[in-house]
Amino acid sequence: MIGIDIRKPLSAHGEATVLQVRLRIESGSFIALAGPSGSGKTTLLRILAGLEEAEGTIRVDGETWLEEGKALRPQKRAIGFVFQDYALFPNMTVRQNLLFVRKDPALAAQLLELTEMESLAHRYPHTLSGGQQQRVALCRAMMNRPKLLLLDEPLSALDPAMRTRLQHEILTLHRRFGTTTIMVSHDPGEIYRLAERVLMLKQGKITADGEPKTVLLHTRGSQKFSFEGELLDIVRIDVMHIAVVAIGQQIVEVALSRSEAAHLRIGEKVRVGTKAFAPTVTQA
Amino acid sequence: MLEKLLAVDYTPFVLSFKLAAVTTVVLFFISLPLAWFLARTRSRAKPLIEALSALPIVLPPSVLGFYILRALSDNSPVGAFFEKTFGVSLTFSFPGLVVASCLYSFPFMLQPLQGGFQSLNRRMLEASFIAGKSPLATLFMVALPNIKPALLTALIVTFAHTVGEFGVVLMVGGSIPGETKVASVAIYEFVETMDFETGHIYSAIMVLISFVVLFAVYTFNHRHGRKFGAFQ
Repeated sequence: MIGIDIRKPLSAHGEATVLQVRLRIESGSFIALAGPSGSGKTTLLRILAGLEEAEGTIRVDGETWLEEGKALRPQKRAIGFVFQDYALFPNMTVRQNLLFVRKDPALAAQLLELTEMESLAHRYPHTLSGGQQQRVALCRAMMNRPKLLLLDEPLSALDPAMRTRLQHEILTLHRRFGTTTIMVSHDPGEIYRLAERVLMLKQGKITADGEPKTVLLHTRGSQKFSFEGELLDIVRIDVMHIAVVAIGQQIVEVALSRSEAAHLRIGEKVRVGTKAFAPTVTQA
Repeated sequence: MLEKLLAVDYTPFVLSFKLAAVTTVVLFFISLPLAWFLARTRSRAKPLIEALSALPIVLPPSVLGFYILRALSDNSPVGAFFEKTFGVSLTFSFPGLVVASCLYSFPFMLQPLQGGFQSLNRRMLEASFIAGKSPLATLFMVALPNIKPALLTALIVTFAHTVGEFGVVLMVGGSIPGETKVASVAIYEFVETMDFETGHIYSAIMVLISFVVLFAVYTFNHRHGRKFGAFQ
């Protein structure tokens, strides 16, 4: 069980807010942390890692990490942290990056095998692709055998196919090592696939907390289903207008009336939904 | 021509390089912890320390030399302490030259190191802390290996700058052959005694060495910059 009760002033975009989070997290669970930029997601992860100071308490499985201004150093917390920009050690090979954390060649070999990176073990980070570097970062974080795995938008710089693959690997590692995982993500698909609980953070406060299904469902009024996407094009065929919309990794076509088409601009975020049978496209 | 070159006494050059080598080693160990501290601190004392350490860049060497001479003379507390404890006089002696050179070349060692440390990805250092490594272990195993171009610049420029110093050395060390008469002081004396030929040989050697050293540094940094550029 992880108990968090912290306060920390935030200064994002010149506006002063306070990050105030009170949470209990079941050991071994997978938590997604979502919310707009500047809402304190990264700061919360950094406080949990001991990289930033805060008031309050953090207790992890009976161990006190933070209490009355006394913080356990990051070195002493059993954590794994995967940064958005990987932050690998450029002067070390893939294997050395892993062994730097802990001299455990068997564990390193196991992790590299799980992520299909054995053949690249002797390579230096700057010779690897983004996806490969992120895998190394993930393996490096697991070398600590962390109680708490913190992932700060680990997949945001990768293409969709690579994201899906790495999501699978993250889930495998999470289960294999029985860690508690907190992952910052903006991708509803990713959150749904991985997390059992999602926290929505806005201006330093948790505004929603629950299962991904309930928190992420964006239907409005009598709409039966609705998706957010990007309007790529409006094609005119005779009197019909066809909207081409990218939703997640899919492209869909929706028929529009002329008046509907007139309100929409290409490149806009739109919501595709249906009330009965005919899907409608309106501004999101 | 060759006979001329061989007939010249090169003792001042040997002395210059000895002084530069000792100064570089001493300054490296003094500057390393300070640069590491300055690169990571948010202390209000930072600009003060930075301004003090940069003074030798802007001060005339004679001003620097004057104060160093006063501070190191046998009448001063520092000079008296060295005289009593180690039995060495810090004025007009080689140890005195080392102290003066360290003060004079200090910013040339400190600034590249500090700049190198500041250019490092902060999260990379944090990853090392999370991996259980102390700041000291992180300094030697992660930070230093990843600032090789800055490290090389610091060492070479400090060395070259010490070889090239004149005013401070003359004021603090004078011109005692084999003890404080370094190459730059020797050149000055050749000109004063109108021995232009030897002065020319000495000067040409200085130009050549300086160019080769700088060229090597820039070539190395150019190659290395490309390799590590993506991570900084």
